[in-house]
Amino acid sequence: MLIKFSKKYDTKPSEITSENNFLTRRRFIQSSLISGASLLSPLGVFAGQPTNNIFSNIKKMSFGANEKLTSFKGITNYNNFYEFGTGKTDPAQYSHLLKTEPWTVEIMGMAKKTGKFSISDLIKPSELEERIYRLRCVEAWSMVIPWVGVPLSSIIKRFEPNSKAKYIAFETLVDKKQMPGQNSKFIDWPYIEGLRMDEAMNPLSILAIGLYGKPMPNQNGAPIRLVVPWKYGFKSIKSIVKISFVENEPKTTWNQLAPREYGFYSNVNPNRDHPRWSQKEERRITGESGLGALFTPKIKTEYLNGYAEEVAHLYKGMDLKQFF
Amino acid sequence: MAKKTRNIYKRLVFVVCLMPLAWLIFAILLDTIYQTQLMSVDPVQKFDRELGDWALIFIILSLSIRPIAELIKKKELIIYRKIFGLFGFFYVCLHLIAYIGLNLQFNMAGLLDDISKRNYITIGIIGFGLLIPMAATSSKKVIKYIGGRLWKKIHSLIYIISLLGVFHFFMMTRADFTRPTVYLIIILILLLYRLATKSKILGQRPLLRK
Repeated sequence: MLIKFSKKYDTKPSEITSENNFLTRRRFIQSSLISGASLLSPLGVFAGQPTNNIFSNIKKMSFGANEKLTSFKGITNYNNFYEFGTGKTDPAQYSHLLKTEPWTVEIMGMAKKTGKFSISDLIKPSELEERIYRLRCVEAWSMVIPWVGVPLSSIIKRFEPNSKAKYIAFETLVDKKQMPGQNSKFIDWPYIEGLRMDEAMNPLSILAIGLYGKPMPNQNGAPIRLVVPWKYGFKSIKSIVKISFVENEPKTTWNQLAPREYGFYSNVNPNRDHPRWSQKEERRITGESGLGALFTPKIKTEYLNGYAEEVAHLYKGMDLKQFF
Repeated sequence: MAKKTRNIYKRLVFVVCLMPLAWLIFAILLDTIYQTQLMSVDPVQKFDRELGDWALIFIILSLSIRPIAELIKKKELIIYRKIFGLFGFFYVCLHLIAYIGLNLQFNMAGLLDDISKRNYITIGIIGFGLLIPMAATSSKKVIKYIGGRLWKKIHSLIYIISLLGVFHFFMMTRADFTRPTVYLIIILILLLYRLATKSKILGQRPLLRK
């Protein structure tokens, strides 16, 4: 069933994507469903669970961007995931070292229920959704990605955080053998990110376990990652092993590294330049390479990455140039 | 060495110096035809970075020619200092063109904004500005016209320029400072060597004096 939430930014996918691309996308998802077992088995995160069942229940959401999707090849070969190296292709090259099974996520802090949970324990009670989101990197490039995931709010609610839980903090796995980029001391591992509780509860925030109808590729943050599309990409932490409900603003990685450049909020904001480059425009990465990509016109960056209607109320009365 | 052989070497070096540019063009064409990702899915960034990197490499190469020639006692090598230096300037120009044309897409307001607000771009532009008099006074005719003393002064700018270039690199780097660090160390060694030799031979060669 197609559940359509009509939004201002919505356009029918058939209108915005070339028909060929659109059909290919559907075929992509279909083929992964048909050959689900074989395709999904390498993931194996849903131990003892016929994985195709979970993925065949993807609720098609019309949370869509008006742009063409970035190709699967593009999404999986151009990543910032410093756990595997600082080069854009390092994650594609080295992330096979990451073992995503078994995988547990520890829930801790100011909540009624805490403990260690498998991915299927976390995800199963919620319905999987496909969310097509724009991803705006702080480096002034962007993509459009069809994520598969569940609303973060549906997961948070189950653990019943108490009134002291003002923020939620996330941590990425630390394991130098699986993540060779962690041999670099540039970052004080683990990578930490966080949200204010109302941001985390916003319907746009999801925990994603796949993209393009497929299990999450390792280089994109397998097996489970955060996606907060109105914030710069680095807020959407990958390969999460710990989620804690906390009272104070978490000390997040990039904010600690360079507080003048990366704020805790890091909302996409064309009016607040990064000290070293403009944030007014962005290069849209379509996945195409060569001259086509070299001469693609830049596009204007939208306030809150075009999701103001959904999230601007969270920042009422806040000066986002001060709280950048 | 015979003049003929030297000329062949010179031409060979010239062709080799063009190789990085040839590779970049070849790679982007290959990407266009076969959708390979030699220049990644963000070739704008890649072009900018590669050209900037080659500019620094050629400037450093140019700087290292004299010490190498002195150390291995091959005076004739000194001609390559000019070739590498001019290629450094050539790649700096391409780097600047890529930044203005491909990255800013000729958004001149954006350029002024960048130059005035962002220190690393200010520094980069100053470095480029200082390279112009050097490039302009590289031919033998001009050297004769302006005299060796002035030429020397102008061309000692290269130490400042190379440091500006490497600081420019440092300041734009988001993570992994290995490359700019290596470049800085090499430049500092070359600078120290120069200072040491200069103080030793002061008086013997009046041209080196101020």
